[in-house]
Amino acid sequence: MERDDLIVNDSYAVNAKHDEAHGKEMRKTILKVTVILSLITAFEVLIGATIPRESGTALWTTVKFGFIFLTLVKAAYIVLKFMHLGDERRNLKFVVLLPYTAFILYLIFIAITESNYVFDMFQAG
Amino acid sequence: MAGHTGEALSKGEIWGGGRSPFGVTYGKLMMWLFLVSDALTFSGLLIGYGYIRHTYEAWPVGEKVFQSLPFAGDGFPLIYVALMTFILIVSSVTMVLAVEAGHRMDKKGIIKWLTLTVIGGLFFLLSQVWEWSHFIHGGGGYITTTTGQVYHLGHLEEDLHANADGSYQMPEHLMLVQNKYSEGEATIIEGAEAVKIWGTMSDYYHGANMLRNEYAPHAPQYANFFFFITGFHGFHVFSGVVINLLILLQVMKGAYDKRGHYEMVEKTGLYWHFVDLVWVFVFTFYYLV
Repeated sequence: MERDDLIVNDSYAVNAKHDEAHGKEMRKTILKVTVILSLITAFEVLIGATIPRESGTALWTTVKFGFIFLTLVKAAYIVLKFMHLGDERRNLKFVVLLPYTAFILYLIFIAITESNYVFDMFQAG
Repeated sequence: MAGHTGEALSKGEIWGGGRSPFGVTYGKLMMWLFLVSDALTFSGLLIGYGYIRHTYEAWPVGEKVFQSLPFAGDGFPLIYVALMTFILIVSSVTMVLAVEAGHRMDKKGIIKWLTLTVIGGLFFLLSQVWEWSHFIHGGGGYITTTTGQVYHLGHLEEDLHANADGSYQMPEHLMLVQNKYSEGEATIIEGAEAVKIWGTMSDYYHGANMLRNEYAPHAPQYANFFFFITGFHGFHVFSGVVINLLILLQVMKGAYDKRGHYEMVEKTGLYWHFVDLVWVFVFTFYYLV
C-alpha cells in the first residue's frame, strides 16, 4: 500500500503550497468545468422551454430522465472538481458518499412506493 | 491524493492513531460531515416534494409558472431561473478561484475573488426576493364557478376591485384561460361566453400563500414546497454570504498570514459549493421536470 496518509503529502493539505505552474493548470480545469456547467444549464433551459410537459408520453419520459442525468453530471462536476472530493483519499470519499447514497436511495424507493399507494387510494375515492 | 513517499503502510498504521486516516484536517473532515447531514435535510425536502407531487394527478408546469422577467414582463419561460442558476455557478467559480489563490498564498487574489463571490451571492439573494414577490403576487388569479369549474384570468394590469357586497367588478377586457399553468395547450375564452361564465362566479383568488395558490388551486403544497425549499436554500445562501464576508475581513486583516495557510477559505468554499450544488437539484426538480 502506498503511503498517502500524511497530510504533508496531500496537495490540498494546509501546508501544501502550489507554485504558479500548478495554479495555471488548476485554473484551466476550473475554466473547463465552468464552461461545461453553463452549457448544460443552457441546454436544459432550451429543452425545458421548447418541449412541453406531457406526462406519460415516451418523449417526456426521455426528457425527464435526461434532465435527471444531466443534473447528476453537474453535481458530479461540482463535488469532484469544485469541492475536489475527487482528489481526496479514498476513505474520505466513501465516508461522504456511501452513507448518503444508501440512505437516499432507500428514501426515494420508499417515497415512490408509498406515494403510488396514496395516489391509488385517492383515485379510488 | 496519492502520496509521494511510496512507503508501504499497514492498516494498523493508518488507523492506529497519530495521523489523519482521511488525509485531511479535523476542520475539513467536520465540514464534510456537516455537509452530508445538510444534504440529507435538503434531500428530505426534495423527496417530500416528489412524494406529494406524485399523489396528485395534475401539477403546475414550471415553464408556465416561471416565465416572467423584471421590467420585461411575461413570455420568457425559465429564463429568470436560468439567470439565477448562472449567477450561482459563476459565484461558485470565483470561490474556487479564491481557494486556488489561497494555495499560492496570493492574498490579493483571494481578496479579489472572495469579494466577487460575496457580490454574486448578494445578487442571487436579490433575485430570490424578486422571484418570491412575483410568485406571491401572482398573475391574474382564478375564479371558481358555482358548478365547481376553475378558470384562470389572463394577465391583469391591476387586481380586481371588490364591490361592497363581496363580488368583483368585471375587468374591461375579460379573458378566461384554461390550462394556464397545467399541462396541455392553453385555451382562451373571451367575449359573451366569458361574460356568461363570469356570471356564475362563486370565488376569486389570486397570488400564493401557505393555504392557497393560483398556480395549483387543488394543491396548496405546490406553494408550500416553493416557500420551504427555495426559502431554506435562500437562507443557506444568506448565511454563506455572511460567512464569506467574515472570512474576507479576516483575510484582509491578515489573520491567516500568521497561520501560514488559507484553509479557512477552503472550508467556507466547501460550504459555498454545497449551496450551489443544492440549487442544481432544486432547479431540476422544482422548475424543470
